[in-house]
Parts: sequence; structure tokens; C-alpha cells
Amino acid sequence: MILPPTILKRRQLLTALPAGLMLTGCDALTRNPTAKAVIGSAEQATMRWQRLVGRDGLAREFSAADISPIFKVNGTHEPTNPEWQRLAAGNFTDWRLKVTGLVTQELALTLPQLRALPQRNQITRHDCVEGWSAIGGWTGPQLSHILKAAGLRDGARYIVFLCADDYGGEASKGGLQSSSRYYESIDLVDAFHPQTILAHSLNNQPLSTGNGAPIRLRVERQLGYKQAKYLMQIVVAESLAPFGGGKGGYWPDRGYEWYAGT
Amino acid sequence: MASTAPPPEIPALDLPAPRPTRRVLRHHWLVRATHWLNALAIIMLLMTGLNIFGAHPRLYWGDAGSVDQRERIWLETGASPPWRNPTGWIDIAGTRFTTTGVIGVSQSPKGTPNIVAFPHWATLPSGRDLATARSWHFFFAWVIILNGLAWLGYGLLSGRLTRDILPQRRQLSPAHLWHDIVEHAKLNFPKGEAALSYEVLQRLAYAGVTLILIPTVILTGLAMSPGMDAAWPFLDALWGGRQSARSVHFIAMSGIAGFLILHVLLVLLSGPIRQIGAMITGRMTIGGEK
Repeated sequence: MILPPTILKRRQLLTALPAGLMLTGCDALTRNPTAKAVIGSAEQATMRWQRLVGRDGLAREFSAADISPIFKVNGTHEPTNPEWQRLAAGNFTDWRLKVTGLVTQELALTLPQLRALPQRNQITRHDCVEGWSAIGGWTGPQLSHILKAAGLRDGARYIVFLCADDYGGEASKGGLQSSSRYYESIDLVDAFHPQTILAHSLNNQPLSTGNGAPIRLRVERQLGYKQAKYLMQIVVAESLAPFGGGKGGYWPDRGYEWYAGT
Repeated sequence: MASTAPPPEIPALDLPAPRPTRRVLRHHWLVRATHWLNALAIIMLLMTGLNIFGAHPRLYWGDAGSVDQRERIWLETGASPPWRNPTGWIDIAGTRFTTTGVIGVSQSPKGTPNIVAFPHWATLPSGRDLATARSWHFFFAWVIILNGLAWLGYGLLSGRLTRDILPQRRQLSPAHLWHDIVEHAKLNFPKGEAALSYEVLQRLAYAGVTLILIPTVILTGLAMSPGMDAAWPFLDALWGGRQSARSVHFIAMSGIAGFLILHVLLVLLSGPIRQIGAMITGRMTIGGEK
């Protein structure tokens, strides 16, 4: 039940429309595709605005005293994926971070190789889309180092992070085609941002299972769901369409903003 | 008291001596347009905001806070068993208030108890839907900011802001304030020429909402954005951290919601047809009243 704004005059809309009718109308409106497109345009405006005023801005870095006593585990607590289970059982010695897609040189990096790269330490605030925040100290190489080592080819626009966890528990559907397989993506501005790192440690300890072992992405100017855990593969892509539901991430496929600098 | 108070102020309008009845321009078109757009945006922001709050119905002070840091919680809503007939509650600074039916537990449209911070009739969408509530919230956040800037720009350039909205020094004397409080309590609203200008309580309320509460919700809203905090580090520092900003956002929202209720009530009590008519057509009939 969508209200035709051209027929109803402002006076009628504002004074005569019973509140109940308006509320039912609103719920229906949230499901209308045109309304969704109009409402969704705000995300583009927000992204452009933030890039305009703070393209190179750094997320605030805190002191060790500010670190939250417990870094809350959210989303997947332990991947059920057998491959991840096998790698975890072997202390991730067999784990490789594959870097593929629009690169001049495909890579398969081991954990010691990632630890041997120049490291960045940053104590930052993690902001969950639900509303809470936790402060943690992360260590890992900058993503930019790895992307430069792989070399981006023409057309590269997005960096897609494929994870080991099937959030929503549909492991039986399996594989990267599964709609419940967690993934995320960022554009090149955030990919080459100095605070965008592949963290292997939280508060000087190797990542716990709950916090994304062996590696999780940190993209500090965006919300928690962009900080993809259990990284398996990085794909350099021209378009987000081939991945998952095509919106660039597990949660973006489910209606959340792809640009989560909000 | 009433005899010592100054007579109702006659504004310095360039008009001849009072005539029996006439139509005057009360509200400029830009004021009317921004008023109604603002009303729509505020209602949408309130309702989507209450839905968003339901995703994490706790407020903290400081930079960080989560269920793992309960000592930082100063406000929380929730429900207690028996789950067939749960009790809804809100904890504010350590004191628990039972709020079954409104906060914590409310009736679903089917009549069953629903464990959610705010009832379905107060939120948009009516059911739990953080993704949709957020995208609508951010759309109307842009609307209220751009609309507010248009109103503020007009108010400053035209001089209307200082002339019509800010309380005048003369009006702020205790006697004048008391007089206006008494008149409001008696539901005596300005008539005739006096209806062409706002009295002091109205000015304080309008200035408080437009120049304090709305800028506060906007700045605390921006301070919750990790992207904006990186761009403008003063944003979260201003409030003592992101979680404090979220708390202040909620408190200022409550102030705006309170204003909205009072504003609608006073419009209804002071001649709704005339008042709403003036805010739609811009014109008000003056004189001819008893």
C-alpha cells in the first residue's frame, strides 16, 4: 500500500491522514524498490562527503591504558568449515593467504611471511553496527605492502576478502558459492590507507579463534562488520557482482551499508 | 502580579493602526517549507532511532563499552522471566523502573508479549530491522541537516532568527517570565496583534530545540561515525568519547520528543485550525476576536 504523493496534497497528508494509516504506509514503503533506491542514495552522499573532508584522515589511536579488558567476540565464534578446522589443528602452518584476481603476480603467503613484513601496531576503537565499542591493540602488515608486492592490474577497483566462516550456519551448502560464506570488500582508497592492516595479533597475543585466527582485516574507519575474520583469500576485482549476493559483503547482501564509515 | 507585568508587546510591523479584521503574512514560505520537512524528518528519525536502539539497548559513558564492560552502563532496558508473561524494565543509574507494556516488553500486533526495547507502534520499521532502520535514519539525517542549514541561513540573513526566535533581553526578567508561565498555565494564548510575535516561553523552547538540541543530536550522531571521527577528531572528543556521544544523542532525542509532544499539545489547545492553517498557507487572520 503505497501512498501516491502526487494525488494527496500536503495539507491532506499532514492533517487528515490518520496516524495508523501512515504507519502501515511507512512499513510498506520500506519494502518498495523505488523508495529503497531513494533512501539508499544517502549512503553514496555519506561516502562522498567523508572522502571530501577526510580522505586521508587517521582513526584515533589510543594508549595501552584504554584497551578494553575483554575484546567482545561477535559474529562467528568458531568456523565449522572442515578446512579451517584442519588448518587450526595444525597451528596454521599449512595456512596460506592467497592473493589473486587482477594482479601481476599471484601470491600465497604463509604466516611467518606476513610477520616478516614491516609491522604496524595500532590501538583503535572497534565500533559495532549494533552500537557497542571495544578498544584493542592490533599488529600486522599494512595491506598496501601486500598489494604492491602482487601488483595491481588495470581495472582493479575493489579488494575482496574471502573468509573461512559460514555465518548463519549453512556450512552444508559449502564452498565460496554459499550465500552464508562470510566475505567483505573495500575500495582502493581504504585498501591503501596506512591503518588498513592484516592483523595476526590482538593485544600482543596471536588472534584467538573468536577474534578471527589466523588473520583478520582491520579497516579502522569503518564499522565492525567490515573487519573480516578468518581470512583465506584476497581477490583484486573490477566489480563486486561475482561475489556472494553482489553487494560486496555478507552484511551488505543483507541490507547493511557497503560503505560503513557511516 | 498580572497588573505589574508589561502589556503584550506590539511588534514593530510597518502597519497602520489596528483594523477590525485582516489577513497578515505570518510565516514566510521558506519557514513553512522547512517547518514541515523538519517535522517529517524528526518523526522519521525518532522512530527509526528507537528501532536502532533496540539492537543494543544499553548506554555507556566513555570511549568504549559493551556487555563485557557492565560497569560503564548507565542505562539499560530488558525483560525478566517468567517468559510466558515477562516483566519489562529500564535501569537508569542503578535504579530499576518496571515498564511492562512500553519499554522492555510490549504487545506485538498479534497481542503476544514482545521482548524489545520500544513497542512496534513507536518504531520504524515496526519489527526488528536494524539494516532498514539505519538506512532510513541516515537518509533523514541528511534531510534534517540540509533543511536546518536552509532555515538557519534564512534566519540569519533575514534577521528573523534574532528578531523572532531568540528571547529578547526585556523578556528575560523574572517578572516577565513568571507572567508568561502564568498565562500558559491559564491557557491564555496571545490574541490580536500579540499573536504576531512569540512570547518568551515559546522563544526559549524554539531556540532551545533549533539551536541547542537539534545541533546536539547532529554532532553526537556524527561522533558515532568512525569515518567522521577519523576526518574530524574533535567530534568524539567533544563528548568524551563515542559511547558518551551515543548517550548524549539519546538524551537530546528525549528532549526533542518532549518538545514535540508539548508543541502539538499547545497547538491543539490554542486554536489548531488557525495555527496549522497559518503554518500551511502562511497567513493568519488578525482582529475580530473577543
